[in-house]
Amino acid sequence: MPADLNSTFDRLRAVYRKALIPFLVSGYPTRERFREVLRTTAQFADVLEIGIPFSDPLADGPTIQAASSKALAQGVTLEGTFAELREHYPKSGPPLVFMITYNQVLAAKNFIARCNEHRASGLIVPDLPFEEAGDLRAQCEKAGVALVNMIAPTTSESRARQIAASAHGFIYLISVAGTTGARGEFAPETLTYIQKTRALTDKPLCVGFGISKAAHIQQLRDHADGFIVGSALVNAIDAGKERELLDELRAACG
Amino acid sequence: MTTTMKPGRFGVFGGRYVPETLMANLIELEAAFEAAWEDKSFKADLAATLADFVGRPTPLYFAERLSGEWGGRVFLKREDLTHTGAHKINNAVGQALLAKRMGKQRIVAETGAGQHGVATAAACARLGLSCRVYMGALDCERQQPNVARMKLLGAEVFPCEGGTRNLKVAINEAIRDWVAHPNETYYLLGSAVGPHPYPTIVRELQSVIGIEAREQFSRREGKLPDAVIACVGGGSNAIGIFAPFLDDKVALFGVEAGGDSPQHGSCTLAHGRPGVLHGAFSYVLQDGDGQITGTHSIAPGLDYPGVGPQHSALKDSGRVRYEIETDETALAAFHELSRIEGILPALESSHALAFARRYLRENKGKTVIVNLSGRGDKDLPSIMARSTGLPARDGGANAR
Ligand SMILES: Cc1ncc(COP(=O)(O)O)c(C=O)c1O
Repeated sequence: MPADLNSTFDRLRAVYRKALIPFLVSGYPTRERFREVLRTTAQFADVLEIGIPFSDPLADGPTIQAASSKALAQGVTLEGTFAELREHYPKSGPPLVFMITYNQVLAAKNFIARCNEHRASGLIVPDLPFEEAGDLRAQCEKAGVALVNMIAPTTSESRARQIAASAHGFIYLISVAGTTGARGEFAPETLTYIQKTRALTDKPLCVGFGISKAAHIQQLRDHADGFIVGSALVNAIDAGKERELLDELRAACG
Repeated sequence: MTTTMKPGRFGVFGGRYVPETLMANLIELEAAFEAAWEDKSFKADLAATLADFVGRPTPLYFAERLSGEWGGRVFLKREDLTHTGAHKINNAVGQALLAKRMGKQRIVAETGAGQHGVATAAACARLGLSCRVYMGALDCERQQPNVARMKLLGAEVFPCEGGTRNLKVAINEAIRDWVAHPNETYYLLGSAVGPHPYPTIVRELQSVIGIEAREQFSRREGKLPDAVIACVGGGSNAIGIFAPFLDDKVALFGVEAGGDSPQHGSCTLAHGRPGVLHGAFSYVLQDGDGQITGTHSIAPGLDYPGVGPQHSALKDSGRVRYEIETDETALAAFHELSRIEGILPALESSHALAFARRYLRENKGKTVIVNLSGRGDKDLPSIMARSTGLPARDGGANAR
């Protein structure tokens, strides 16, 4: 049974810390560098999100699109990712969450069972809205893998309530309408929207899309339980400065 | 006539698999379409637009000389005679009216052959809506006349350089734009693909083709045809002409593009496997890991690794047969129609013609309606390049 996300968030809440959830594109930028980045990131993360690259991602901006195509061009696959994690992910590492499109889930054999074997605590399927997720949710529940629900700024209040009610692990709060990508400042509406969602549920809320620096986390930290950092980390990896970024973000999360 | 089992599903196919950010838009669109479709004044507006702007009804033309050559009776549903030159305009004007009614001022669309882009640009110009069209960079090259037309009609054309540089990439970009501007944007999707409610909206708006054709044929011949034939890219001209015949004893054939060999084209229904692409569960050309594979066809409008979910259901139920014609057989049909009937067909429609010829060879004396979905003017650069031996910009290098 994979590590339980609930206990991670309970533990963090007890000490007023926020979860740092770095996102890595599997196999990016090269096999060797990925192993190194994986080990470094594991030291800073409370939960680690691994994206399985896809040929046609819809919710990703230019940074993660480019990283995914580069990884795909090097032959990164779901099976290859499982094998890498088995060999190179520290046993004491934080819980893993996979990000994968629904078509890849459908194509994979015994996917949920395999996730379970490979210590995946959760799954994020960004193109599987709550209404269509019935089958996968049932399989996940049986296997003890959390299927992470998403809420967006465009989600109505009644819908957000339903989504929150069926949420497992944590709720992924999409910060702004848009694709993934590092951003400048967040508009005041973002804070209002996070506060409104906070009022709907006690379940852990983690904010993603655009979180790129400590100041973002400081601005939003009183209203959320965790922060997902993807594109900014890809940029830092490109510059060889992932440790510096993770250090800064870690400090902001407490 | 509707074959939807539960909302948005055609048997097991369809649904909506999109980022949560777009769910509110799809729910809003579904309600807006249902209300508009019940509203007499919307229907009257649409009918007037189809009559006076689009030029409907289009003729059902008896191709007498071609019939003599091919050994049967060939009727052509002349969508090539519509304003802007392809069936795409039926859907574009309908959805543009819907967008206007919903108070959306900004339209984004994708285009492959450029016909949907041109149709959308024209519909937006007429209604005073802003229009941005995403188009694969390869398609911009091979359909240059349409890029110029879109710009003249006031649209902004956005070439997409990534990946396969064709229709698939254009749809990716259009959806990303929509995700980033969900409140003000109406995504005017050009085929019977995508998340619910698009496959239903597009079918309803394109059914005018089949309703007219069925009426025209039975008035003239006092019966129904033996077969109806249409090319299938995403499947909008095909579902449009098939829909009113689904409950009849008429053979229906959808024709996919085989590219330079039947193994290496864009034959989604023949070679694909059910999966999710661009928001719907349908047949998809993909590898064992669920990565979408590259496609190839001389006809940009057919060069797509997905297909509308209703076609997937019609394939599985056996009600429609899906066949393959290659670049070569389509080109031969293109030249034949041009010389024998004085009509330059679109390369997409030429695939349907090529199958009609094959069908009549095997079924002597039968009567068929071919959906002549568009005219070939847009294809002249790529056809001229082929006939003068210049390298054709047909995407072969991008297909996997
Ligand atoms: C003339 C013409 N026919 C057919 C198609 C294929 O689309 P669909 O399968 O949606 O009818 C296109 C697409 O661009 C087209 O321009």
